[in-house]
Amino acid sequence: MIPLGHYLIVSAMLFAIGTAGVFLRRNLITILLSIEIMLNAVNLSFVAFGRQFGSVDGQIIVFFVMTVAAAEAAVGLAIVIALFRHRESLNPDAFTSLKW
Amino acid sequence: MFSSGIDAVVPMLCVTLAALAVMGAEAFRARGEQLPLGGLGVVGLVGAAISAVLLWNRNAVSFGVVVADNFGLFVTLVLLLVALLTIMFSSTVVRRDGLPAGEYYALVLFATAGMIMMATANDLLVVFIALEILSIAVYVLTGIRRDDSRAIEAAFKYFLLGAFSSAFFLYGIAFTYGLAGSTRLDRVGTYMAAQSMSGNPLILVALGLLLVGFAFKISAVPFHMWTPDAYEGAPAVVTGFMSTGVKAAAFAAFARVFLSVFEPFSGEWAPLVWLLAAATMILGTVVGVAQSNLKRMLAYSSIAHGGYLLVGLVAANQVGKAAILFYLLAYAVTNLAAFGVIALLGTREAANDELRDYAGLWHTRPALAALMTVCLLSLGGLPPTAGFIGKWYIFSAAVSAGYYGLAVIGVLTSVVSVFFYLRVVVMMYMTDRPAAIAPPPVSAVAMAALVASIAAIIALGILPTPVLDFAAQSIATIF
Amino acid sequence: MLALIPLFPLLGFLVNAALGRRLRKTASGGLACAVMVASFVVAMLSVGELAGMAEGARVIEQTVYTWIASGDVVLDLTFRLDPLAAVMILVVTGIGALIHIYSTAYMHEETDGEYARYFSYLNLFAAFMLVLVLGGNFLVLFVGWEGVGLCSYLLIGFWFTKTSAADAGKKAFVVNRIGDYAFVLGMLFLLVRFGTLDFQRLASVVAALPPEAGAFGAISVATLLLFIGATGKSAQIPLYTWLPDAMEGPTPVSALIHAATMVTAGVYMIGRNAVLFSHAPGTLLIVAIVGAVTALMAGTIGLVQNDIKRVLAYSTVSQLGLMFLAMGMGAFGAGIFHLYTHAFFKALLFLGSGAVIHALHGEQDIRRMGGLKRLLPVTYWTFLIGSLAIAGVPFLSGFFSKDEILYETFAAGHWILWTVAAVTSLLTATYMFRLVCLTFHGERREASSPAPSHAAASHLHDAPPAMALALVVLAVGSALAGYAGVPHALGGTNPLGAWLAPSFRAPGANPVAELAEGSGAAGLELTLMAVSSAIAIGGIALAATVWLRRRQLADAVAARVPGLYRLLLNKYYVDELYDAAVVTPIRVGSAEGLWRGVDVAVIDGAVNGTASLVAAGSGALRRIQTGSVRAYAGSMFIGVVVILGYYLWR
Repeated sequence: MIPLGHYLIVSAMLFAIGTAGVFLRRNLITILLSIEIMLNAVNLSFVAFGRQFGSVDGQIIVFFVMTVAAAEAAVGLAIVIALFRHRESLNPDAFTSLKW
Repeated sequence: MFSSGIDAVVPMLCVTLAALAVMGAEAFRARGEQLPLGGLGVVGLVGAAISAVLLWNRNAVSFGVVVADNFGLFVTLVLLLVALLTIMFSSTVVRRDGLPAGEYYALVLFATAGMIMMATANDLLVVFIALEILSIAVYVLTGIRRDDSRAIEAAFKYFLLGAFSSAFFLYGIAFTYGLAGSTRLDRVGTYMAAQSMSGNPLILVALGLLLVGFAFKISAVPFHMWTPDAYEGAPAVVTGFMSTGVKAAAFAAFARVFLSVFEPFSGEWAPLVWLLAAATMILGTVVGVAQSNLKRMLAYSSIAHGGYLLVGLVAANQVGKAAILFYLLAYAVTNLAAFGVIALLGTREAANDELRDYAGLWHTRPALAALMTVCLLSLGGLPPTAGFIGKWYIFSAAVSAGYYGLAVIGVLTSVVSVFFYLRVVVMMYMTDRPAAIAPPPVSAVAMAALVASIAAIIALGILPTPVLDFAAQSIATIF
Repeated sequence: MLALIPLFPLLGFLVNAALGRRLRKTASGGLACAVMVASFVVAMLSVGELAGMAEGARVIEQTVYTWIASGDVVLDLTFRLDPLAAVMILVVTGIGALIHIYSTAYMHEETDGEYARYFSYLNLFAAFMLVLVLGGNFLVLFVGWEGVGLCSYLLIGFWFTKTSAADAGKKAFVVNRIGDYAFVLGMLFLLVRFGTLDFQRLASVVAALPPEAGAFGAISVATLLLFIGATGKSAQIPLYTWLPDAMEGPTPVSALIHAATMVTAGVYMIGRNAVLFSHAPGTLLIVAIVGAVTALMAGTIGLVQNDIKRVLAYSTVSQLGLMFLAMGMGAFGAGIFHLYTHAFFKALLFLGSGAVIHALHGEQDIRRMGGLKRLLPVTYWTFLIGSLAIAGVPFLSGFFSKDEILYETFAAGHWILWTVAAVTSLLTATYMFRLVCLTFHGERREASSPAPSHAAASHLHDAPPAMALALVVLAVGSALAGYAGVPHALGGTNPLGAWLAPSFRAPGANPVAELAEGSGAAGLELTLMAVSSAIAIGGIALAATVWLRRRQLADAVAARVPGLYRLLLNKYYVDELYDAAVVTPIRVGSAEGLWRGVDVAVIDGAVNGTASLVAAGSGALRRIQTGSVRAYAGSMFIGVVVILGYYLWR
């Protein structure tokens, strides 16, 4: 059986990859996907912890998180599309009309 | 302990039902038909307020995860007031800007429901879901003017950073769950109390990640970067709503989690929050001075006000806790009214939110100028307004808890902040009016909301005691 | 009943602010005056009631309601009338009413709306000032303190179309904020240390403690912070620079706010907390030195200024310095006595200068006046009485109060401070009579001015009835007000001193038996009186000789010591010093883009250090906000790293 620590380390690595993706990538879609990676990394932790405790709580929480993530992605993509219509770009650095 | 009664969620349910009703009405609306959707929302809000009052002192718990204690109910009432005033201001704005009324009011109500849920949540997962309910609704509200590219940009920035921060928050919940075996606040609290001596680093990681999530929502430095952009880009009335409602809800959850569950670790988080508070007050005030856009200036001002609230949290003595609640109310009413004035002065074509647009407002719109003046004086903390009492309360709590440094910084920044609030007053009263600006008419409903807010600001400044007592009682129920 | 006193002017404010633009001038001005008179009447009745009480128990208290109750700290909205407050409310309502009446004529050229706006501000000011003096605890006092500051700001900038007026308003505001900052800290400090902000309770608690002689303890720190607040409000070193600039406001405002009432709030505040301050000898000494130095410095500057109102402004700063000197000597009664007489003659002098300016259609430069004695007889005679009074000529009001300060200083053994005060008296007499000579005597010098021809001598008119009334009443007051405090040495009983004394003791404390010393020291007091009378008359004679008979002498002296003359004319270069020390380095050190976006209309042209410092920091810091969402995420990530790093690698 794989010990809990291994899951947590994988989860932490995934989370770090997602975090790095958010501010290193220059494409909005990739950035949204990076955030999804972060959330799923957390899901992995939940499931691992849940198994550790021998309870289903962890897995139930994951369902909630997935639902929330889906809603978030829907709104996020809608906003990105609206933004693309205005600016014709997916580079996050192009959107700096609001600053200072 | 475990009660399956639904009493505690009734206020939230009322608001949600109103939101659903608004959506339904919009869906079956004949083309060109005007429906009193805002009125429908108001009915829901009033129902929620009545149920909240009836729940007072009953400590109702529903499903073990939502608790309608007096603390939560106090914040609920503040949030309902915020939503009510927002809808009243919106009535003018929605028609003027041609916003989709059904979606707009439904989103405001859903966001309000999420805020109430957040304020009364007794489970970290529920806090997270509530956070997302309100955030998603507010992201959309920020970009509700799809024809305005700046609004969309604001919505995008807010969304992206919000999602980013909620991942950290969720990670914090995961660690908490992994440690305590539950996300239920009371159980986590029991666990933490037992572990207060252990020095387990994972506890601190969980604590730190949760802190990040809350710090983002209350826009504490350095998690504040989204605030000025989102506040400037969003329609003024939405800015007013999110700068008060979101902050109040997030602060309620923040206080609940950190002052009860993580109370045993206050030695660990207090220095960090101290630092956040100081940085937030200083940066919000200092950068606010250079702003020439009123919405952006008030965005920085609201960052600074988040810092004052954090001072109350650090001080966390009996006075400080009550001070947080009083300050939330005072700040909510004041800021909402200020953004209300800004919203009412805009037109469909031009937002009229630059400082120079306020030149000589006293000549064209004496009533609005006078009301705005009261708001600004209250934000600046000048007596005898609500803002003064709130600040006085916060700072005296800080001093009596021994946080002299924070009090000194707080008094200094509020002294500096008066400078930029007064600039607007100078613009309105002491500058000649440029001929071009002809402000639009203001509906009676919006005017009534403004006058009521101003009356409340002055009343809270002159007769704060009943509300203070109320706040002290309600905070006493949980901590 | 006490609450009615500030309530009347507040009512006037509300009506004029709400309906003012629809009211005719007679209505708005009449209302403003009526509420002030009503307030004065109530004040008189209250003081009458107070006087009927037993000595030592003279307190009327009205707790309107509990304002703030948090934990064990209860702060009531309390108005308390005691002998000290009684003197103050009579000054504020009495002189305030006269100045309102004067204003109805002075401001008559404004439009209806502006006229009402002026009177609404003036009424609001009076209301806040009355709250300030009647407040029973620090917090109520602070409400008034902030309120009068705000009104002063609005009134200085009343003629905002003049850039200098708007700038002056802003300068007053910024400087006062610095003082207020210290004041709030002082209040918080007292609250934490003593658990109350009520003046009487504070006095009782402190009276039980030993004075902090030698050590600089909690009371000293708190009182020092409060005193810094007072230097802002009462224009003392180092925060005095705003007051001369404040003369950009309408002249009646200068008379009411910047001479008779608001600027004395700092002195009043010290008197109100006499017990507290006398337990902090270290602070008191600082108060005395700051007061004396300010008095001397402002007096020398006043000697060479050419704007009639600026001379009076520096004179005010100088006289306030004398009051602080008295407070610092522990002679609280003497300080308040001088405050009270000063209110009469300085208000009179300002209103007189207003009448001159009014007659000359806005001319303020005394080099272009002269010979107005015949043309403006009422103004001249009243102004002369005021000048004699402030100079300290025997048996006018200023003589009694100033001598008491000089005597107390000498008796306390501070002969250096006494010398400073004596020199200041000489300067006072000299610059006042320089003003009188140049303005009213000699030849008309308007020919050299580019003034429009319709201002020719034949068209000059003396003060209209409303203005003349105020002038005459104040002149009578200036002459006679001093008889409330005729010292024992002159066979008087100093009733004012006896009246005020209970206010400077902790409640219930027994009077100290120092009154007895009066008889033994009478010889000394008489000697000092003779000296200062000689000083006053000498100063007047000097001024008359130099500026009336031998004008070239003044120019010759100025030419002989050009350095000194320029130093004085440029007010010791303090404004420039503040500029150079604070503003210029920021200007030089900051990139040019830094100033972009800083609102030109408000910031531009302003040379006040604090604002510039903050604005510069602000301009630099806002650049962090680049607009790039990835940078924002980076900032958040740094935050996360800092927080987690703090926990993991501690």
